[in-house]
Formats: sequence, structure tokens, C-alpha cells
Amino acid sequence: MNPALLVFFALAGLAVLGALSLVVQKHPIHSALSLIVVMVSLAGLYLLMGAEFVAMVQIIVYGGAIMVLFIFVIMLLNAGEEEHTDFSKLAKFAGLPLAFALTASLAALVVKPDASIPAAMQAFIPKATEQISSMLFKEFVYPFELTSFLILVAIMGALVLAQREKK
Amino acid sequence: MISFLQQNAFWIITIVKIALLLFIVLTVNAYLTWFERKVVAHIQSRWGPHRVGPHGLLQPAADGLKFLFKEDPTPAGVDRFVYYLAPFLALALSLTALAVIPFGPDPIPVFGQKIYLWITNPDIGLLVLFAITALSVYGIALAGWASNSKYSLLGGLRSSAQMISYELSLTMSVVGVLLMANSFSLQKIIEAQARPGGWGVLGWNVIGLASGKFPVPQIVGFICFFTSAIAETNRAPFDLPEAESELVAGFHTEYASFKFAMFFIAEYTAMITVSCLATILFFGGWLSPFPASSFWTFTHYIPSITLIPFGLWVIYDGIRYETIFGKLVLPAVGFAMFAIGAVLLAGVWIVPLHTVSEFIQPVFWFTAKILVFLFFYVWARGTLPRLRYDQLMNVGWKLLLPVSIANLILTAGALLLRGAK
Repeated sequence: MNPALLVFFALAGLAVLGALSLVVQKHPIHSALSLIVVMVSLAGLYLLMGAEFVAMVQIIVYGGAIMVLFIFVIMLLNAGEEEHTDFSKLAKFAGLPLAFALTASLAALVVKPDASIPAAMQAFIPKATEQISSMLFKEFVYPFELTSFLILVAIMGALVLAQREKK
Repeated sequence: MISFLQQNAFWIITIVKIALLLFIVLTVNAYLTWFERKVVAHIQSRWGPHRVGPHGLLQPAADGLKFLFKEDPTPAGVDRFVYYLAPFLALALSLTALAVIPFGPDPIPVFGQKIYLWITNPDIGLLVLFAITALSVYGIALAGWASNSKYSLLGGLRSSAQMISYELSLTMSVVGVLLMANSFSLQKIIEAQARPGGWGVLGWNVIGLASGKFPVPQIVGFICFFTSAIAETNRAPFDLPEAESELVAGFHTEYASFKFAMFFIAEYTAMITVSCLATILFFGGWLSPFPASSFWTFTHYIPSITLIPFGLWVIYDGIRYETIFGKLVLPAVGFAMFAIGAVLLAGVWIVPLHTVSEFIQPVFWFTAKILVFLFFYVWARGTLPRLRYDQLMNVGWKLLLPVSIANLILTAGALLLRGAK
């Protein structure tokens, strides 16, 4: 068997297992840990595709910074085990059909891939770090800067909300 | 058999290298504890460990045995899975970081295979290190949470807050270096510091001279980097997660025996990694501080000139030592140092040894610089008082982060003026 394929299945299986455990686990910390497993195995999959930079950024930003904040908040609130209530009615009736629809559409893509999409993506995906940075700062500089403004606005909003109590 | 070896040479070499590196690093870790206790003791006018073995040199072995044979109780009410996972996570991540550190430039030829002095050398080496740093928070934070103890929980909370805050300035402070090297590869970052025209120490990123252009020093970046790195490794004066006077032992209060030792080893390995990184990024890695021109060839004697007198001194000290064990062991150690130094010195004239002498130069400088930074770590611990929590946050967010961003902007501007490629 192709070793790359073997690694792919190992990582993909890990990601799926982590995602399942994220939903099934009762304790918030265990769920957060499962989410970290998902993030890191996704990074492994990116690495397998040759996207080194994206893989490392995935670990640094999602696996590291964001999930640390999740865990920090869970620890700070000292959240205990979830109490399982009755499922919402919407989830009961719409959940299964929607899950089925999503699986079917994904499976259709996997079984019969649209040949034009991967080709276009191949041309588009920059692999080396240099390519990514030159794309970010040349071709996509306005969307990039706008996104930074969006994040800045979000940070300032959070600050305003946090400060409101004092006055 | 031979063909099997040849086909799988890469895997065999890598596994042997990993085993060797682990052995070396764990031994260095053990003696780092001895070194730290000795240096701190002398700072405080004490003797430090001196009972087990000559000059307490067998103290690490005694400590290791103690860790192995101690009772290993699991407190009631812990979250078992996470409680056991945390020390493994901490240790595994900190040891993984060493895989991307290049320890020397020249490969050793063995049986027609080139053996490089690194386990792997990815183009994104620095990013890999930051990714591992980002994940290494979990070991401590989860240990604090899973222990079911208030002290541990406070330690874990402090460490996660501290590491998030200082990761920003840690990352920002090295971007200037990345701009100067145009690469994430640690090897290329080092090679970029060997400026053409023979600048030696002046060409290192911390000073940043280059022929015909104005210098772009990264000294501010270095100070920000090293301060943040001390905070990231939870060492004094930033050791709030385990502040003895407030939290008993912080995040590892409920850990005993070898699980505690794993946190300990993880912390010391992180110190070594940070020292390697500071050396690579700002102090020219394995480059000699002297220019590479033929006029400076005499500096190749320096490894032997440091080893021979030190070996002689150890022999002299051993003969005077009180215990018989010390009288036997210390002269032997001293003689070994003297012999290595003598062989290197002979390498200047005798041809086959010449390659050894030349090969040892970069490794010698790299090790020497790492030792200096390790000494800085211990020095800081021995002399600086621990920061208060609000001071810690102020230093991280209001001092280091703005300064490192300013350093980045100034560096980028200076490089633009200077006409970077």
C-alpha cells in the first residue's frame, strides 16, 4: 500500500474519531481536547498535501491560540459535566434528513468529482510560503487588510463590552 | 542484509540519530539541574550539592533513582485520562522540538551515507517550533485542571494566560530576523548571518553589519525574544504557574515521582531549545565569531586552548580532592578533557586529525553559545525576584508587544532603505 495513502487514512480516521468524540464526550474539557485532535490531524492532512505553511498556521492559530482560549474559559468557569436534556424538536425531525443530505452530497462529490474544480484549484493553491505571502500582499491585499479591520473591530467590541460594567 | 540496510538507510539513520539525540539531551538535562543548583548556590554563597560524588557530580543520578523509586500516588477525584495525559504531552512536545534544530553544517560521511547533524531540516523549521510552542501550553494547563486541586488549577490558569500573552511578542520579535534571512529555514537563517566580506561576529543578526550597507541590529528583537522565551518556558522570574510561595508547587502540586520528573525534564528541554533558538536566530548559530578568512585560522585552536587548561585544572583539583573516589574520578575526567584538547590541537598539524579539528569548530561554537544562554537562564533565576501577576501582564502586553512590533516596522523600513533583495 502506498505509504502516503496509509498516512492519509490514519490522519483522516483520527480526525473523524476526534470529531465524534467531540460530540459524544460529556465534559467540556474532553470535548475541547477532541477538537484539538481534529485540528492537529487536519494540519497533518495539509502537510500531506504539501501545504507546509498552512499546516503550521493551522496548528499555531487553531490548535494553539484558539483552543487554549477555549480551555482557559472552561477552566475559569469551572464548567462541570453537561446535563443531557431532551433534544430540541428541530434536531429530532430535521437533523437526520439534513445529515443524510450532507453525507449524500459529499459522497457524490467523492464518487464523481467535477474534474474542472481540482484543476482550477491546483492552479490556485500556492504551496511555498513565498507564494502565499506575495499573493496575500499583492493580489489579495485589500481583502486581507479588510479582514484585519474586521478582527480589529471585533477586538474593540469585546473591549467595549468588557469595560461597560465599570461606569 | 546489506541490501536491506542500504534500502532503508534513511530510516535506520534517522532512528539512530533520534536515539542518540535523546540520550545526549536527557544527559545534558540531568547535568543542567546540577549546573543550576551549583550556580544558584554560589550566587547565594552556598556550596550546593557536594555530597553525592565529587563536587556533587552524581547528584543527577541520585535524583533520577529517587524519582524512579518514589511512591506514585494518584490523588482522589482526578480526571484520570487527562491527569495521565498531561505529563506525556508536556514531555513529548518539548522533545519533539529538538528534531528541527540543526546542530552543525557539515555532514559526517559513514559508509557512503551523509549523516547530517539534524534529524530533519524542513523549510519551515521556525514555524514548526512555534507550532510546538503553541501546543505545549496544554501539558501544563491540563495538568493544573485535571489534578482536582485549587493550587494546581490556579497554576494551570496562570500558565495558559501567561503563555498566550507572551507567545505574541515571542513571534513578533523574530520576524525581523526572518526579514533579514528571507526564509523560515533555520539552516538558511544561520547561513545568512555569514555575511560576505568576512564580518564574523559583527555580521550576526544581533548586530547586523553587512559590507557597504548600514547595519540593521536586532538587539531589541533579541531582548524581547529572550524575555518572552523565559516567560514561555515558565522559568523564573516568570515562574508564576509554579510559584512556591503562593501555590505550593502550582500546576504540578499533585504530581509525584516520575510524572513530576517528566514535567521537570520537559521544562529543562524547553530551556535547551530556547537557547538553541536564540543562538540560531540572533547569534549566528554554529558560525565562529571570527571572520572566515585565512588570517583568522589561528582561532581554530580555541577549542583545544579552552579544553586543555580546563582538563589540567580538573586533574589538579582532583588530586587535592578529599575523598578517594574524587581522587580517582576527577583526574580521569580531567585527563579525558586534556586528551580531547590535545587531539584537536594535534589536528592542526597531523592530516587525518585535521578534518576532525575542522569539523569540531562549528559544533564547538554552537555548544559554547548554548551554554552561555543556559547560564543566563540560571543567572536570571538566581538574581531576579518573581513578577507580580499584574506586572507580568503589563510587561507582556504593554512593553514587549509594542516594542517588538516597533522593532519589526523599523527593521522592515531599514531593509527597504538598504535595498533588500
